[in-house]
Amino acid sequence: MDWLDKAKERLQEALIEEGEFRGEHTWVLGKSSLSDSLVVLKDEFGFNSLVDLCGLDMGEGKSPRFYVVYHLRNMDSKAQIRVKVGLEEGEVLSSSCGLWKGADWMEREVYDMFGIDFEGHPSLARLYLPEDFPGHPLRKDYPTEGYDFEE
Amino acid sequence: MSVTTERAERRTVTLNMGPQHPSTHGVLRVVLDLEGETVADAQPVVGYLHRGTEKLAESKAYQQVIPLIDRLDYLACPAYNFAYCLAVEKLLGIEVPPRAQYIRVIMAELARIASHLIWLGSHAMDIGAVTVFLYTFREREITYELLEMAAGVRMHQSYFVVGGVRWDLPEGFIPKLKAFLDILPGKIEEYENLLTKNKIWKLRTVDVGVLSKEDAIAYGATGPMLRGSGLKWDIRKVYPYSGYEQFDFEIPTGEHGDSYDRYLVRMEEMRQSRRIILQALEELPEGPIQALEGKLFFPNPELVRGDEKDMAALIHQFKLVCEGFHAPVGEVYQSIEAPKGELGFYVVGDGGPKPFRLRIRLPSLMNLQTLPVLSRGHKVADMAAIIGTLDIVLGDVDK
Repeated sequence: MDWLDKAKERLQEALIEEGEFRGEHTWVLGKSSLSDSLVVLKDEFGFNSLVDLCGLDMGEGKSPRFYVVYHLRNMDSKAQIRVKVGLEEGEVLSSSCGLWKGADWMEREVYDMFGIDFEGHPSLARLYLPEDFPGHPLRKDYPTEGYDFEE
Repeated sequence: MSVTTERAERRTVTLNMGPQHPSTHGVLRVVLDLEGETVADAQPVVGYLHRGTEKLAESKAYQQVIPLIDRLDYLACPAYNFAYCLAVEKLLGIEVPPRAQYIRVIMAELARIASHLIWLGSHAMDIGAVTVFLYTFREREITYELLEMAAGVRMHQSYFVVGGVRWDLPEGFIPKLKAFLDILPGKIEEYENLLTKNKIWKLRTVDVGVLSKEDAIAYGATGPMLRGSGLKWDIRKVYPYSGYEQFDFEIPTGEHGDSYDRYLVRMEEMRQSRRIILQALEELPEGPIQALEGKLFFPNPELVRGDEKDMAALIHQFKLVCEGFHAPVGEVYQSIEAPKGELGFYVVGDGGPKPFRLRIRLPSLMNLQTLPVLSRGHKVADMAAIIGTLDIVLGDVDK
């Protein structure tokens, strides 16, 4: 049994959806147990590297409205997995800075661009944009032109 | 000890460095906490060059995104086009013809040499060895002439397109490239003669900016930052793309993870890039340079405007001009070994002609995150050496 089946069995309860596209595996995990699932993936399955962490807005009226996407990698076995977790407007996700130090800036970027809060982040502030910037630009309802600054 | 000296010893001074500072080579701001001359903490503040590439990409057709990608790391544009094109091709599920693959490898390795040359020159200049800058820019000029020959543009080449390369290599390119590769080892030796055993250079770089292997992995540092810390990790070897598995080359690594080791790693990488280009030139296959499947390129103009018009070709042309090609629903992540580290593109397609979401994993941004670790305990004067050893480009930090 390879690691994929083992991990699937181990995280059975958290796994909502799984898919494969162009040889890449994507799992959608439950939000409530996400931090536990990530700990399992890191400690038991050796995913020692957080390659990328980003936000994804599906658009207004979609459920879930947002995803936070983790690209994890086991640098010994070269295995890779994409983990997604769905969020609604205003929902908070627990920070993974304790697992991978590199998550710090990436979570700040998600907060900056999508307005998603991370609980337990050491200093959650905007990464790129000024503190007083209105809105979160990577949301689908944020306009690219004709933005009225008076509003 | 009197009260005043005690207070003076404990006092921490906060010093703002940048965003306009000569040693940062761009608009980087670092907030330094100083205890006397010693750096207690250094927090980078980024975003002064933020252009919203990811947001802009959502409103452009896949091929139109390429010039935006050029402007991320403006010192190694081919590598950035490379990663983006590979990601979109993965989403489309198409293969690029072998000749285009080889040309891409040649260009990407040439970009690595150019990028490392600029890094070496500016890093040495920051530390005080101004001569090296003049030497490296002499050779860097040749790499830019070569890129200009192929693409027609010096800086933002946009030479790669989804499905291949824009046009074939021009006449005279290969002899000029070979002549450059002939002189390159001698030139690298020249730089090494100036620096490798230079006492001042070693004093300024050995044991300065040490990054442990564990920290490098935890912070997601990649490229020479990771290899300098002793881990043999290179995307070209681990997850080969575009035919890299056919080339014979070594991955240099350091031992101590300090600035000096990273310097040695990058010097060796230039030699290895030269080896790869030589092999690619030797085996450069003949054939098409653009993928025929997927209707990514314009049809034969004869079929559109000539005497024997073809309706299907007309529709094909019309669709490409008006919307661009459509990509399937799905999501892919594709990364390459860019000169500065792992560059990844996460593309989400919704079936339309524009990316639904384009996420860029930037190597400079992730490497810059290690700055507090590298600089704690060093002197203020070492900050220039430490920012230099990171090899960051602010366009690549701020996207």
